[in-house]
Amino acid sequence: MSRLPITKTPKPYAGGAFIRSESGRTFPLRDASGAFFANIPQCTRKDLRNAVEAAAKAGPGWARRTAYNRGQILYRLGEMLEGRRQEMADTLVRFGDEAAAAAHEVDTCIDRLVYYAGWADKYEQVLGNVNPVASPHFNFTVTEPMGVIGVIAPDAPSLLGLISLVAPIIVSGNTVVAHVSEKSAYPAILFGEMLATSDLPGGVVNLLSGLRKELVPTFATHTHLRGLSAVANADERKAIRLGAAESVKRVHFADASTAGWFEDSAQSLYRIRDFLEFKTTWHPIGA
Amino acid sequence: MPSLAAKKSTRTPARSGRPAPELIFGDLWEFDPAPETADPKLKSRYDLFIDGQFVAPKSGRYFDTINPANERKLAEIALAGRDDVDAAYQAAQRAFDTTWGRMPGRERAKYIFRIARLLQDRAREFAVAETLDGGKPIKESRDFDVPMTAAHFFYHAGWADKLEYVAPGHRVAPLGVVGQVIPWNFPLLMLAWKIAPALAMGNTVVLKPAETTSITALKLAEILQDAELPPGVVNFVSGAGETGAAVMSHPTPVKIAFTGSTEVGKIIMRSLAGTEKKMTMELGGKAANVVFDDAPIDQAVEGIVNGIFFNQGHVCCAGSRLLVHEPIADLVLAKLKNRLKVLRVGDPMDKNTDIGAINSKPQLQKIQELVESGVKDGAEMFQPACRLPSKGYYFRPTIFSGVTMSHRIAREEIFGPVLSMLTFRTVDEAIEKANNTAYGLSAGVWTDKGSRILKMSTELKAGVVWANTYNKFDPTSPFGGYKESGFGREGGRQGLLDYAKLI
Amino acid sequence: MVAKSPAIAFRRLFDEVGTVDQIGVEERVAKFTTRSIKKASKIWGLKKAVSMVDLTTLEGKDTPGKVASLCQKALQPHDDPGIPTVAAVCVYPSMVRHARKHVADSAVKVASVATAFPSGQAPLKTRLGEVRAAVQDGADEIDMVINRGAFLAGDFSRVEDEIAAVVEACGVAALKVILEVSELETFDNIRAASFVAMGVLREGDFIKTSTGKTSLNATLGNNQVMLEAIRDFYLDTGIAIGMKPAGGIRTAKQALQFLIAVKETLGDAWLTNERYRFGASSLLNDLLRQLEKEKSGSYQAPYYFSEAAESY
Repeated sequence: MSRLPITKTPKPYAGGAFIRSESGRTFPLRDASGAFFANIPQCTRKDLRNAVEAAAKAGPGWARRTAYNRGQILYRLGEMLEGRRQEMADTLVRFGDEAAAAAHEVDTCIDRLVYYAGWADKYEQVLGNVNPVASPHFNFTVTEPMGVIGVIAPDAPSLLGLISLVAPIIVSGNTVVAHVSEKSAYPAILFGEMLATSDLPGGVVNLLSGLRKELVPTFATHTHLRGLSAVANADERKAIRLGAAESVKRVHFADASTAGWFEDSAQSLYRIRDFLEFKTTWHPIGA
Repeated sequence: MPSLAAKKSTRTPARSGRPAPELIFGDLWEFDPAPETADPKLKSRYDLFIDGQFVAPKSGRYFDTINPANERKLAEIALAGRDDVDAAYQAAQRAFDTTWGRMPGRERAKYIFRIARLLQDRAREFAVAETLDGGKPIKESRDFDVPMTAAHFFYHAGWADKLEYVAPGHRVAPLGVVGQVIPWNFPLLMLAWKIAPALAMGNTVVLKPAETTSITALKLAEILQDAELPPGVVNFVSGAGETGAAVMSHPTPVKIAFTGSTEVGKIIMRSLAGTEKKMTMELGGKAANVVFDDAPIDQAVEGIVNGIFFNQGHVCCAGSRLLVHEPIADLVLAKLKNRLKVLRVGDPMDKNTDIGAINSKPQLQKIQELVESGVKDGAEMFQPACRLPSKGYYFRPTIFSGVTMSHRIAREEIFGPVLSMLTFRTVDEAIEKANNTAYGLSAGVWTDKGSRILKMSTELKAGVVWANTYNKFDPTSPFGGYKESGFGREGGRQGLLDYAKLI
Repeated sequence: MVAKSPAIAFRRLFDEVGTVDQIGVEERVAKFTTRSIKKASKIWGLKKAVSMVDLTTLEGKDTPGKVASLCQKALQPHDDPGIPTVAAVCVYPSMVRHARKHVADSAVKVASVATAFPSGQAPLKTRLGEVRAAVQDGADEIDMVINRGAFLAGDFSRVEDEIAAVVEACGVAALKVILEVSELETFDNIRAASFVAMGVLREGDFIKTSTGKTSLNATLGNNQVMLEAIRDFYLDTGIAIGMKPAGGIRTAKQALQFLIAVKETLGDAWLTNERYRFGASSLLNDLLRQLEKEKSGSYQAPYYFSEAAESY
């Protein structure tokens, strides 16, 4: 008699741990063939709140890491994904991708992580500057991370979309609470396992699986989220803008088509800039 | 200086029995009035400036603008309705499509340089107009607002043909037509902050000046005509809230830039939900000015005074929360009181006036109401015994000590000459108190210790940090807030990019 | 107590008196220059400035004759009787007896620079002898220089002891302690040196900016730093020390700016020549010109005034 394999209970990575929803709810996930795959935690507003708290707690420490160190950790994340490249590609195939497309997506994800890892100790040199003010003061403008940023990831490409949104946000010292694709939550959950083993401090990236329509409004209105990077339809965009107004939240919508996420143009210094604050400091020059 | 003093007092027993020494800031040498006499060349009626022409509002309606220093009417200002705003946007779109948006940068630059120069030529006239309309001391409009306005045009002019350096890795293009709404505290300067970068980048503009301070914008329109700026590149639509709403809600602008209160900023953000319009928001503040025991105290006192009493405290980045290291709190307060005694409050047109008129009656009432709440909450109030003019809107410079973080005067933006003083004991406590606000526009820190300056500058959640100085501005220096103080920057390379599209 | 070890003394003194931000001071004093003083307040200020002038001649070529004419000018700066006499004439020790004779027992005081002015580079004994001799010859006031070398080396006790010795040698004469600010260089040093001096001065004594013999003399900035030191010392001890900016103040406009600094920093009680002086030679004539202009309404040529600095 052949051995019955045990299955993995999928739990998203949030607050440095693999969680179930506080609500105890799950939703069934089926693979491309329609077969039952697993029960996915259906995270709620409260899970989001908890994740934001974890992200806020992790933020100062993450932001204080040296840029060099953040770069290495992002690179390490790439290494983790490279090491489990086949497993991730197989997973994408199971949820409907062609083998070649799946491999391409995973490769692009790795390259994207490497791209942003390299920016960690450079973006400041390009975006900040000293200002020649017309008075005896030394005046300089530097960037700072904003704080906790929400991410609402696309359904396709679910993994590349998620990574493309998250990496430029965290590279500067922000922390992230991300809603992962509802339709293909599992690749993101698998990615969470790599986050957990990548030296990334717990709480820097928090992934929440769940129903989009339940969570998007809370992402919009949670005032501790200082920014939101989202792939959203027109109705969602309006709701997000309305909610964001209450706390003057910075919102950026990504417009890329599915194919667009694979382009080089989907990665940019200016995606890092979207979630930076500029701080200008003045000091007199005297003896 | 305890030991020197201690030694001295033992050597000179004369001190004992004398009353505590005090300084006398009396009227031994009173200054005669020194009124600025330059002619502001005001018209009795100002029309809208649309498509390069002064035009009457379609409704035929005008409103009065008054001098807050004496409550006298200065002029009538055209009230722009929806139709007028629409005409302005049509002109702006036409200008973008046919002239300004296609013009080589070096040509745009020369127009903007011209504006700077023409304003410098008429600087005194504009300063007087600014003071009459807004109530700020003539020395501020003369030495700060107008020269800084010209400097903003001059700085941004030079960018117009160097835009390939604004965003490394990208070429940039103008956004198109921009709608802008500005406040009454720095009418001309806020106009320059909005218009100069927009024009340098190749955008065209519809701008609404504040209801109580429209005159200098409409005078600047004369300069735009003299500069032969192509019609429609800049359009001014004066009016109140309804006009502002029309400017914000019109379908034409691809970007809205607003400076004003956080409350109105949120309303605008909500109203733009569902559109793809870009935004820059420069909103309110409740800045902490943090003074450590090792600070250069007299310069800190001067910085505190600049921080809160500049422009009657009508400054979004005003240092309205003074956080003083506990051991020196009494000393700082005593020095502040002596400094306040020599501030001259009164006629804004007098060259010696330090604190002018509050911009409007509603603003004065708001200040009075918040000050009453401070007294009621149990904070200790100090006001110097200065004489105030009998007519006009004036408020004495005011310091509250013994303020706690829960008092309204420590949390709400007063936008007046009112300082709330709190104390702290450790660096961490200072940081925590300074950041305990939804605002994040600016902050000050005073200490002689270099590494502490950098630590504070890093930890203070504010877009501008003034270290051992306060309320400094420069066109090269980006300005703008964290958190609910808004987003986007004005000034410098960063500010310019907020008017560009990356290609 | 001033410590013996220069290192400890240095740090202790600067910690005690606190630090000064140069740019902040310059911004503060720039505000004095934008004050606009008109009409009666201008006349009041100009006359007050006249009454505060230490009319000075400190030239190697000074003669009894020149001092006599200086004294004449001091006693009657102008034929307008409404214009006060100056505060003092300031001369070298060898000229004290001539000056004494001319000003007699008028309100005009005789001040003398002593202590190996302007360098101070003579043995203490010699310097004290010079002070005593000047007082003996009739000086009401002595302007001494501090030992800048000792100050910059951190030897504050020596600076202090020397001032104390001069105080003693002065007897009833008032003492003005010249810090020679250009050699102290920084506002921090100027503030610290002010405190070292004030620590051993008596009510009615002065601190003074400069000898007038170096490239940089009184400025609104160093004047301000010293006024603030006087203010802090007064509020702490109750002892009112006077202030004398010297050198570089040539115009009435400048003098009014210095007086505005006094009014806004130390208040009304210092708007008197018992507590504030101008060490100057050419200032007086410009004050008189401006007073005449206020009276007549016409601008005045310099050669209408005796002892004019410029004859062009």
